[in-house]
Amino acid sequence: MTLLICVFAAIIFTIKWYRRKDDSMLLGVPCVCFWGASLMWLGDAIFGYAEDGAAFFEPEAAEMLNDAFLGLSVVALGMILWLVILLVKDPRGVVKASLRKKAEEK
Amino acid sequence: MACFLVTAAEAVVVTVAARVAKNREMSAESVKLEKNAEIETRRENKLPWSKKLMILASLLWGGAFLLCYEHIWHGEVVPWFPFLTAMNDPGDTAEMLHEMSTVGVTMAVIVTVVWAIMMFAADKIMARPDPEPVKAAA
Repeated sequence: MTLLICVFAAIIFTIKWYRRKDDSMLLGVPCVCFWGASLMWLGDAIFGYAEDGAAFFEPEAAEMLNDAFLGLSVVALGMILWLVILLVKDPRGVVKASLRKKAEEK
Repeated sequence: MACFLVTAAEAVVVTVAARVAKNREMSAESVKLEKNAEIETRRENKLPWSKKLMILASLLWGGAFLLCYEHIWHGEVVPWFPFLTAMNDPGDTAEMLHEMSTVGVTMAVIVTVVWAIMMFAADKIMARPDPEPVKAAA
């Protein structure tokens, strides 16, 4: 479930990246972040399948719910990381302009 | 248990390699300028190695960061020494090392192979002639 949620996040951000008009939103950051994690969880899933066989695809409801929570929080964390990088790099100069405006107000 | 450490270690090595490649590319560029070489007007049809390596480093860092969070979620990584709960018991440590050498290495190989395919495709795409602009639907 975590892998599935992360793959969906990676696909959505990749489509957004492909449709972008410029690079000012740094959409490549969440793309590589979620694809990297998805590929790593794929490796984990391969070992899980090798160990459990078909049972790997039939998890308990409680386990699935916990994995879904984990997947959603992973997506949230990845997006927070993206936002922090976006605000620090500030490619559109929005943060700088806002700070300058605040300084001028005083 | 700590499989993300393998990819994190690869990320460190790749980041250093990318920095070295970038420095070499920059010094090669400055030598060109010093010799007053012809200005290259044709578009580059390959990504420089430093950029390729930075993409791999980003995939590895991003993945390792999110997997680290997963390990914190499962209580396998803690914010106090020795940081990995498996280090408290020799049996668990052996299991952790086995997992790192199997699952961790597989993760690193998958990411690297996918990156290699991506970069091969990127070079092919960049060698193509520019596409015609997409016409608006009537």
